[in-house]
Amino acid sequence: MNDFVAPPIDWAAVSPVLIVLAAGVLGVLLEAFVPARGRRATQLALTLVALAGSLVAVGLLWDRVQEHAVSVVGGSYLLTPFGLAVQAVVGVCALLGVLVVAERTTTGQDAFAPAAAAVPGTAYEDETRRAGLQQTEIYPLILFATGGMLLFPATDDLIVMFVALEVLSLPLYVLCATARRRRLLSQEAAFKYFVLGAFASALFVFGIALVYGFAGTVRLQGVVAVLADPSVSPLGSMPALVLVGLLLVLSGLLFKIGAAPFHAWTPDVYQGAPTPITGFMAACTKAAAIGALVRVLFTLANGLDPATRHDVEVALWAVAILTMLVGTVAGAVQTDVKRMLAYSSIAHAGFLVVGLVGMDEVGSQAVLFYLLAYGLATIGAFAVVTLVRERTLTGDEALGDGPVPDDGVVLGEATRLAQWAGLGRKAPWLTAAFSLFLLSMAGIPLTAGFVAKFGVFSAAVEAGAWPLALLGVLASAVAVFFYVRVIVLMVLTPPTDGGDATPAEAATSVPADAAGGTGTGSGGAPSGSGAATLTGAATRTLVSRTVVTVVGSRGPAAFAIAVCAVGVLLLGVLPAGALDLAGQAAQFRP
Amino acid sequence: MEITNYLGLAAILFAIGAATVLLRRNAIVVFMGVELMLNATNLAFVTFARIHGDVTGQVLAFFVMVVAAAEVVVGLAIIITIFRSRRSASVDDVNLLHS
Repeated sequence: MNDFVAPPIDWAAVSPVLIVLAAGVLGVLLEAFVPARGRRATQLALTLVALAGSLVAVGLLWDRVQEHAVSVVGGSYLLTPFGLAVQAVVGVCALLGVLVVAERTTTGQDAFAPAAAAVPGTAYEDETRRAGLQQTEIYPLILFATGGMLLFPATDDLIVMFVALEVLSLPLYVLCATARRRRLLSQEAAFKYFVLGAFASALFVFGIALVYGFAGTVRLQGVVAVLADPSVSPLGSMPALVLVGLLLVLSGLLFKIGAAPFHAWTPDVYQGAPTPITGFMAACTKAAAIGALVRVLFTLANGLDPATRHDVEVALWAVAILTMLVGTVAGAVQTDVKRMLAYSSIAHAGFLVVGLVGMDEVGSQAVLFYLLAYGLATIGAFAVVTLVRERTLTGDEALGDGPVPDDGVVLGEATRLAQWAGLGRKAPWLTAAFSLFLLSMAGIPLTAGFVAKFGVFSAAVEAGAWPLALLGVLASAVAVFFYVRVIVLMVLTPPTDGGDATPAEAATSVPADAAGGTGTGSGGAPSGSGAATLTGAATRTLVSRTVVTVVGSRGPAAFAIAVCAVGVLLLGVLPAGALDLAGQAAQFRP
Repeated sequence: MEITNYLGLAAILFAIGAATVLLRRNAIVVFMGVELMLNATNLAFVTFARIHGDVTGQVLAFFVMVVAAAEVVVGLAIIITIFRSRRSASVDDVNLLHS
């Protein structure tokens, strides 16, 4: 009879993924057994330890994987130097992202709903808020998502890749719906992300089915072997199957990267999701998906015959051009800082694809460095956004034009760009950090972004795709305009705080042309009513005014911003060390 | 019966599912479209497994089923949350995020 023989498993090689996923499972158990008071601290400690442990495991594996790629269970888990380096980038970004997630600011509230299942605007929701409940399930969810991201670029098996895709996506869909404020927007973002994400997953898996039909295997190396000798497969005479399959798989991956024409979800989801989660998924998902894209594309394309490979290259060119155009042109007209960063992330996806067109080691090295530079700047930028808030003043303070007292109710984030005017005077350090991140995204010399962009464009030139590189430089130039516009707004434009005096009850308000000293705001408040100035003492108690304020960090977010800023500067001024590491890790072939 | 007919059926089901996702307005129906796409994929997997004469494709179909089930859990949870907030399951009503 057939005796079951346990396959030998190289547990050490799987450890980066295992540590994180096991910590996620443990976190779910902690939810059940740890008393509510200690839950947040426990979960946070577990999450940070697990992510740090995973990074240590990556470090320990580094030398071994450099020597030769490690394949576990016949390629179901395949650690190439490139895959391991992507795991390192994901790990670093996740660690910094979790610090931002953990931030409670001086208001004592984190960015997440006390009970995400409570219907917005109900008594139950108020009750959960008053009771000070916390949704600590976000930490295990982040761990599961990170586990999926770590597995995504480190497999040779398409179906494992599909499972990893779902493991990383499903927690993110849920996390998107958990914002403390603007909850309808948050739920809507989760819904859009889910529907489009599920659609992309379905395309991805149908592509896998076609590739399987062609080759009779879902291992990439097996597929390459069949491409080399089609006679071993009954459907080997139908290379169209593998071309269509590859394009469908690529669409699924490009969706996760946020490349046009699969970018439509990006601005909405980035805007609606809780900002710390936006930073986390913008940096980590993109890194993981690029890792998987390199794995699939570079392996399969190098096995294709020249004509089919040319078709794939044409598709890549189209994606790169379209993505850069959409990202920069639409980004230039945004009035919301989160949407602007979302379009900037689309543009970065385009630059990353430019670096990939050569499908060789030069490209993979450039892309690795780019992912790290982009990840640090993105997490830092979104961390800054979490600290710039709206504050409602009522009564006398609302009428005054003078300095804003340090009380009043702190509301959600002030994401309209107009509200960021004059931020430089309120929070010079924060403004400096945000400017640094924007300059890095723009690719100004002495920041990480410059070295990264130089890398991907020279990789494209080396691959003979100089028109793409030229277009990329032009797109970067346009992008500089909208990044610098924000910096000018923050540093040079005077704040418009005096305005936006909004009557609490329209019935008692005096028309806007009444005499009064308060300045009027520009840019129209989202609450609808125009700037009205009230004078009568009787109506004073009803007046409220929204001003922009910077809440203090209790440590984690400030630390994350500082680390990101230092990282962006270091990578920009002394890139040699990181470039060497990326060069070592550029090897994507097993 | 010719075995490639099953592949044709899988492709047609997949196309119907994709059209449902892109054209229909009710969130639940959109969601059913996604499920139809995944099940069309399963049919393709099983048919290819028959053509190749190995079981890999059948095993893969199980993976897809499990993933689809997990997706249903998360997807329905999100749709129900939205429905409770707005009393509507229409995709068109979900347009606060103006683009």
